[in-house]
Amino acid sequence: MNHLPLIIKREYLTKVKNKSFIVMTFLSPLIMIALIAVVAYLSQMNNNKERTIAILDETGLVSEIFVNTEHTTYSILNNLSLDEAKEQVKEKEDYGLLYIEKGSNDSKISKTIKFYSEDTPSLTIISSLESKIEKKITDLKLQQGGVDIKKIKASKTNINIAQESFTGEKTSKIDNIIKLAFGGIAGYLLFMFIIIYGNMIMRSVIEEKTSRIIEVIISSVKPIQLMMGKIIGTSLAGITQFAIWVVLGGVMVFILTAIFGINLDVNTPQQELMQQAMQSEGIEMQVQLAMQSFFNLPISNLIVAFVFFFIGGYLLYSSLYAAIGAAVDNETDTQQFMMPILMPLILAVYVGIFTVIEDPHGTVSTVFSFIPFTSPVVMLMRIPFGVPIWQQIISLVLLIGTFVFTVWFAAKIYRVGILMYGKKPSYKELYKWLKY
Amino acid sequence: MNDLLVANSVSKNFGDFKALNNVSIAVPKGSIFGLLGPNGAGKTTLIRIINQITMPDQGNVLLDGNALQPNHIQDIGYLPEERGLYKSMKVGEQALYLAQLKGLSKQEAKSRLKYWFDKLDIGDWWNKKIQELSKGQAQKIQFIVTVLHQPKLLIFDEPFSGFDPINANLIKDEILQLRDEGATVIFSTHRMESVEELCDHIALIHKSNKILDGKLTDIKRQYKTNTFEVGLQTPNVDEVTKIIQDKFQVLPATFKNLNDDLKLNIKLNEQDSSNDLLSFLTSKAEVHHFVEVIPSANDIFIQTVKNN
Repeated sequence: MNHLPLIIKREYLTKVKNKSFIVMTFLSPLIMIALIAVVAYLSQMNNNKERTIAILDETGLVSEIFVNTEHTTYSILNNLSLDEAKEQVKEKEDYGLLYIEKGSNDSKISKTIKFYSEDTPSLTIISSLESKIEKKITDLKLQQGGVDIKKIKASKTNINIAQESFTGEKTSKIDNIIKLAFGGIAGYLLFMFIIIYGNMIMRSVIEEKTSRIIEVIISSVKPIQLMMGKIIGTSLAGITQFAIWVVLGGVMVFILTAIFGINLDVNTPQQELMQQAMQSEGIEMQVQLAMQSFFNLPISNLIVAFVFFFIGGYLLYSSLYAAIGAAVDNETDTQQFMMPILMPLILAVYVGIFTVIEDPHGTVSTVFSFIPFTSPVVMLMRIPFGVPIWQQIISLVLLIGTFVFTVWFAAKIYRVGILMYGKKPSYKELYKWLKY
Repeated sequence: MNDLLVANSVSKNFGDFKALNNVSIAVPKGSIFGLLGPNGAGKTTLIRIINQITMPDQGNVLLDGNALQPNHIQDIGYLPEERGLYKSMKVGEQALYLAQLKGLSKQEAKSRLKYWFDKLDIGDWWNKKIQELSKGQAQKIQFIVTVLHQPKLLIFDEPFSGFDPINANLIKDEILQLRDEGATVIFSTHRMESVEELCDHIALIHKSNKILDGKLTDIKRQYKTNTFEVGLQTPNVDEVTKIIQDKFQVLPATFKNLNDDLKLNIKLNEQDSSNDLLSFLTSKAEVHHFVEVIPSANDIFIQTVKNN
């Protein structure tokens, strides 16, 4: 008799109807968004503070480049000695004093500029001052050397190497970023999913043990059916939760930007810097490239592989979580068995982040994308860079083979463990259970 | 074929530990079969094998003449000793779920549950959560769930634990009624008075071996020592005692009756009948009390376990 649908239904409904599950589902995106909003608001507050920077320019060469902005006022001091200027800045409680000493000649000027302030000045302010002065002095020097600045500006060229594979696929730098993002999100999503819902499965197995209903249930169904029902039901609940999160998150981001959107436009020093950088390359070009590289991704391959590796990897780990739940009596005893599960998972994420970025088809990332315990995460990260289908298939076959083995192994532990009470088993005992 | 359940030389090892060694039992149809034994003797293992929770290493189990197979779970109702329910699930939902796992359709399960809930007068519990019920109340639900699918074979492991005397009696009557309606019951307990009260047949398992089985009355007959409890009234106690002691094996007895009698346990000589003893006694004194000593299930249990 197949009770699997019945068990899945019960597991799903109990999870979904559970109060803390409902609260978590609706509250955590709110908390996340609130957190982001608070951080954004605070950093904006910080940058909105108006500052006055006094400038004592003995050379008289650079003071003209300081133009007041919304948050920063530059006050140019004239005919003061350094000490007098310092005194004055202190009295007025200005942010700081930029002092450009009249040096022997222009080439030395760069070494004699100082910034005095009460506290350590902000990094962004210093670098913005530095870049302004750098630019001016470079121009000055070029002029002194008899170079026409207009000509230099006119002859400045922007190089963007068009990359193309031998088969004619076009790639670019931004392409790589998009690929990394997709692979990274897929791999990280799987990692999070395994940890959150694997734990949930484990807790629900422990609950059945502590409430002593387990023997009643398994006099009606096979333990492996119960285990699979639990895994599938919990995953469906997880997918439901994830879907709600995505929808809620999307809606809330939309609402937030609609309400606070205008406020996000203010020019903070960081944004000023960003904009400078962006302008040099041409933002429209960037967007276009990004769109193009998105469509260049092996999308259908990505989706199919995502589904298979996600399911395979998730089932592999969740069966192990179920086995741990069956082996122990309460959650505090799970620690010793959790480490061997978490290690390969964390390793997979690190390998993914450090080696796939560096060289997606290098030896390390290739090897780890075949090892079943790391392959789901690493392979998902590699696929956007184009992995031959035969490699994907071999990796998937290995994964499924290992999955069948771990389910068999977990079912054995599960079958014995659910009826064992009162003692914390050792690895040696778990090994013995396999032979019961 | 009058046996509903037959276990043929069943053995089971857990690692180096032998949980069952060549145990055979036969449970007659329509009987209440007491499965007895000290803690850790192997009773639960045998019950789990019958429920197909664990598989025997050797031997086989037949239900109604057929080797156990997966769809037999519908024919068995099992109330384990370690029992519980999902704490946060509602009573009704949970009972429906467990009934469906036993193969009942949802409608069928619902109408039968309604019958039982009315019978035990607990209809208003349907929407309560298990954690709101007391232990005894939860046990009632478990009892209903065990018998709901009308199995041929009912297995109760310590069914009365957690019940007050009134509810224990209620459940006992239900068990007897189910037996009368044709169910066969395997009953595992340490409470010998309920064995005495309910069981027709017993099997005693000790240290993984079956050391005794059969009809309870047969076993009692086998264990009786032909001893009679006797209360006599006579003016010269010492003399009469001496006369009896010369002829029979005598032990002092303690029982309660109205007179301050001479109380003795007298073992019958092999060639004598109880009438011979009685006429001998009537000739010596006035007999107020004459009862054959029948070994209790408790005595049999302790004696057999100690001797093995």
